[in-house]
Amino acid sequence: MTDQRLPSLFDVEEMELSFGPQHPATHGVLRVQLKLDGEKIVDAKPIIGYLHRGTEKLFETMPFPQCIPHTDRMDYVAAATNNQGFCVAMEKLLGITIPPRAAYIRMMLAELQRLASHLVWLATHAIDIGAITPFFYTFRERDAILDLFEEYCGARLTLNTMKIGGVPFELPAGWTERCSALVDGFPAHIDEYEELLTNNRIWKKRTIGIGVVSPEDAIDWGLTGPPLRGSGVRWDIRKVFPYDRYDEIDFEIPIGKNGDTYDRYLVRMVEMRQSVRILRQCLDRLPAGPVIAKIPKVLRARDGMVYGSVEAPKGELGYFIVTTDKATEPYRCRVRPPSFVNLQLLPDMVRGHLVADLVAVIGTLDIVLGEIDR
Amino acid sequence: MSDNEKTPPDQLPDTPEKPAGAAPDAAPAGGDAPKSAPTDEEKAAKIAAAKAKAAAAKAAKEAAPEEPKQPWETKPVTPEHEDASADPDVAALAAAVDGSVLAADRFAGDVTVTVPADKIVDICRALKTGRGFKFLVDLTAIDWREREQGRFDVVYWMHRFDDSKRIRLLAALPAERSMASVTGVWRTANWLEREVYDMFGIHFEGHPALERILTWEGFNGHPLRKDFPVEGIDTGAAIYPDVYPPGGGPLRPEELEQPEPKADGKGES
Repeated sequence: MTDQRLPSLFDVEEMELSFGPQHPATHGVLRVQLKLDGEKIVDAKPIIGYLHRGTEKLFETMPFPQCIPHTDRMDYVAAATNNQGFCVAMEKLLGITIPPRAAYIRMMLAELQRLASHLVWLATHAIDIGAITPFFYTFRERDAILDLFEEYCGARLTLNTMKIGGVPFELPAGWTERCSALVDGFPAHIDEYEELLTNNRIWKKRTIGIGVVSPEDAIDWGLTGPPLRGSGVRWDIRKVFPYDRYDEIDFEIPIGKNGDTYDRYLVRMVEMRQSVRILRQCLDRLPAGPVIAKIPKVLRARDGMVYGSVEAPKGELGYFIVTTDKATEPYRCRVRPPSFVNLQLLPDMVRGHLVADLVAVIGTLDIVLGEIDR
Repeated sequence: MSDNEKTPPDQLPDTPEKPAGAAPDAAPAGGDAPKSAPTDEEKAAKIAAAKAKAAAAKAAKEAAPEEPKQPWETKPVTPEHEDASADPDVAALAAAVDGSVLAADRFAGDVTVTVPADKIVDICRALKTGRGFKFLVDLTAIDWREREQGRFDVVYWMHRFDDSKRIRLLAALPAERSMASVTGVWRTANWLEREVYDMFGIHFEGHPALERILTWEGFNGHPLRKDFPVEGIDTGAAIYPDVYPPGGGPLRPEELEQPEPKADGKGES
């Protein structure tokens, strides 16, 4: 019955499409070179490097403490954990133990930052898929968190809020009360977001079964953070290699079951609740004492190489620092960016899906291009 | 003591106050002072107060050592390098692949094993299948510019889930700057090796698509090499095609035909 005169009405040729770097759904300057068969993705190739600023090269030219402001600019929606990673690695290199109060302040800042980062993720992820409302809700709470940061260190985004050996400032008067109020009210806000999305039929249709990653693949591809946990691997640097004082804190690591976009969404939502739990414990137990260890004015390292890592909101953020003898600056400072490694899996996750799902998968990986390109 | 007598009277109050801060000096100076100005009662009172202060400080100092100082109150102790060849994983690796362990070192808890670059795939596979290091955390390189036996070290940093153990391999690159890719062992290595290629110019044989990743194709140079200028290079190929050839990066000095600028300009002015 086929009409020979209309042979190619539905035979669509493969088409190449550049998705980004100026597309709002790419979360920055990511470009994905797509091969499309109609609306279906045949192949995808992420092209990165538009934001490459040579941060690792810059680290080699400046004394250790001066590196910290530069770490802010990598994952710019989670600056506090970036600072923390560098400080943890440096303290390992120099053999510094930080005072308990400093560790608790650090943990509070890091967990607030995790909340703020996850709120940005939720807002942008939802808006990419078409749910605009969560954006307004999450940014309301994120602003309250940024207010706390501003009160503590004067900055809202690029915080520069940690020092090698502790934190630079004592908490301002009334800060713990305001933080406490925020923490107490936060679970209700998470309920609000979940009410909007968790059982939403459209949300479920757009996320369940999209971008499935098996636990074996996740490990082989080196995923860390929520993408790894969403696939069912219970692994968190805060538990595995506790830094600061996470070993004194009681919290759980949520994991997913199916490794799809919906599970990663659920994992991050539970993570937010766990962050609130950590914050509550930190506020209750906040010890007295100094906020910075006694360290020499000029930090000199011996020859050696260390790797220190923290659980950033995006995954394992590691700093590999190589020093020569009596050096005041790193000879080489490699950053192990979680987003960079996580993004590698993008082609495998979207192959066979539709272009609209690519947007969902980019959102679920929670990438920040500042960190990928460094 | 003789100094004390020579000092003009108006500066005298300074001298007893100084020792108040530094406890050990307080006693002799304070004891001497009354002789030089016995009539001034005010001064005597001041000195007595300083003396009491110093004594109190001394007493406090003596009382303090009873409770041990916390680690953050003392000078940090830099970690030491230790031999790690007794480490079970290092020993197992040495047994599994002949001549694989050139040196093993433990620093700040990190185990670093120096391995020969030409056996890297065998070593990585032995560690992954034999010892359970399923997770490649990081792969990078270090440029030791002045080192004679090969300039680059390629660094592998891997993780085992069972007991959360990590181990680092350091492969010193021979002069030809190419080594086997480990993408067949861990797929993570794909982009990480591309980055090392881009930043250091190390070739990985057997890599599925060894392209530049952070800089663009045709960029001239490898930014993280120590001889690459920190301020960067002018890549204005489009504006000055004679100096900056298409593809980016300046010509090397020997490639430039004539370094024209200064001599002519000076002569004219």
